Amino acid sequence: MEKRETGKLIIDHTGYTTSLSQRFVSRKPYAPPVPGRIQSFIPGTVVEVLVRPGDTVKEGDDLVILEAMKMKNRLKSHLEGHVVSVNVAPGDRVAKGVVLVEIS
Amino acid sequence: MALEKKIRELKEKREKMLLGGGEEAIVKQKAMGKNTARERIMSILDVGTFHEYDMFVEHDARDFGMDKKNLPSDGVVIGTGTVHGSPVAVFAQDFTVAGGSLGLMHSRKITKIMDHALKMRIPLIGINDSGGARIQEGVNSLAGYGEIFFRNTISSGVIPQISVILGPCAGGAVYSPALTDFVFVVDNISKMFITGPEVIKTVLGEEISMEDLGGARVHCETTGNAHFFSASEEECFSQIKRLISFIPRNNQVRADVTEIRPPDAGYDIDKIVPGDPTLPYDVREVIRAVADGSDFFEIQEMYARNMVIGFGRMGGRTVGFVANQPLEMAGVLDVDSSDKAARFIRYCDAFNIPLVTFVDLPGYLPGMDQEHAGVIRHGAKVLYAYSEATVPKLTVILRKAYGGGYIAMSSRHLRADFVFAWPTAEIAVMGPEGAANIIFRKEITSAANPDEVRRQKVEEYREKFANPYVAASRGYVDAVIEPSETRRLLLHGLEVSEKKEVQLPWKKHGIPPF
Repeated sequence: MEKRETGKLIIDHTGYTTSLSQRFVSRKPYAPPVPGRIQSFIPGTVVEVLVRPGDTVKEGDDLVILEAMKMKNRLKSHLEGHVVSVNVAPGDRVAKGVVLVEIS
Repeated sequence: MALEKKIRELKEKREKMLLGGGEEAIVKQKAMGKNTARERIMSILDVGTFHEYDMFVEHDARDFGMDKKNLPSDGVVIGTGTVHGSPVAVFAQDFTVAGGSLGLMHSRKITKIMDHALKMRIPLIGINDSGGARIQEGVNSLAGYGEIFFRNTISSGVIPQISVILGPCAGGAVYSPALTDFVFVVDNISKMFITGPEVIKTVLGEEISMEDLGGARVHCETTGNAHFFSASEEECFSQIKRLISFIPRNNQVRADVTEIRPPDAGYDIDKIVPGDPTLPYDVREVIRAVADGSDFFEIQEMYARNMVIGFGRMGGRTVGFVANQPLEMAGVLDVDSSDKAARFIRYCDAFNIPLVTFVDLPGYLPGMDQEHAGVIRHGAKVLYAYSEATVPKLTVILRKAYGGGYIAMSSRHLRADFVFAWPTAEIAVMGPEGAANIIFRKEITSAANPDEVRRQKVEEYREKFANPYVAASRGYVDAVIEPSETRRLLLHGLEVSEKKEVQLPWKKHGIPPF
């Protein structure tokens, strides 16, 4: 049997004494998206990095090519700005949600 | 004598087939704690009732050296027999023959017995133990799977379909069990996943063991893909037989009626539920206190424990129990518990099994993760399933029935036939604390002593609305009853609704929020 955490679950200002499920206990807190952060939307391998720190980019410019599931995905800039940092190099294997490039 | 000789030949041929992949492969199978395909079938069926078909079927694949390979019975055993004297159709993949891999003839044997089961309107039991598609047979293997999935779907809701995972069941193969009604798994033996650890490692760079990825426990606790967990194959077989004792053989008949047994004297129904609505208790005690012989066969015991579902009998007839479980997450409705309950309600409705629902919940679980996981769509499944169900629906409100949770849990408004409430019931839009804070916000915040005013207002609300009588005054509750009257009223309600008939408007099918 999995370990059960007992605690209080508060709903509408009322605290209920009950076991808390693993799913509830390990739920992730909400983090608002940061527009300049280009993250890997899928785990994969970085094939090409098309920008360097200091580069100026427009909305729609290709930044990184990430190969995943036999598909070469082009990660594009959502905004106009300067490349602040590039955190990956070709050949890097990245998990999902890793910040690849930051744009100010 | 020519005949004697021919009979002897037949016996020899059979003997050879019965060895499956041969003694060496059988030793390997046994070393993993696994039985052979035919042993498994015979452990489930009544003694001496198994009749095997297509024993001599052979593949005719020619590529990749397959023309030189002899695969006894093509790696799968099919047949019919009885369980508790009632006929069933069965197939069991034989891992000792080419890893139970599925080729064209293998799949044709399975679909043949599936067609039989549907035509004869008898349950189908499928025992899965296979490495997956027989790669050498290429697209023919895929065709085989597709034919199986199609039949699973067409048979759904017509005959009971039971899947037993006794080995690997990987890739596309997992979709047959997923389309069936009940999935049985055994610890350390069952493995189910779409992509295995190897693929995950090479593609994604993530390392995970087979057990952690798709073992029996994972599917019973986390994914909800499996319904029954057991420690050994033997325990699994007795669970299957027990399940079959509760369900009818098809959607046009009722489950067998057994002798009426009173609940065990040990259950004092007046003492199970605490008066304080914030305190937990095990709702299964309430079920056992009203069920024949206090016998409750729980389904998905380890998954979404805030909702309890399972079979029992009342007055000798099978009923499906659905209950909020205050012991876990205060019994809230959330994504997983809604999904669990809705599927079970639809099963009971499809197979003429009356529903008895026990209500005690503070509502839906608040939170970003639930909202983003689609609690709106998943929660709607419960409303859909109860509304659509035309089997007798009996509801007992034990304690809290707040807000959307009240409506969803087999309320009068979704056409429950009988709604009973205990005197401890609180049927309201929300709990007194929450309601008073909203309704009397101005009075509370503008008061010199807000805490005192809040306490007063909460009490006022509790006194006026946290009871079953407001709902009873509108006829939303048929009767406020003493806990000790519950079994008697449920039995009566079931008797009254024995010949219940409801005609829904014609439709091809509804569009439930899948």
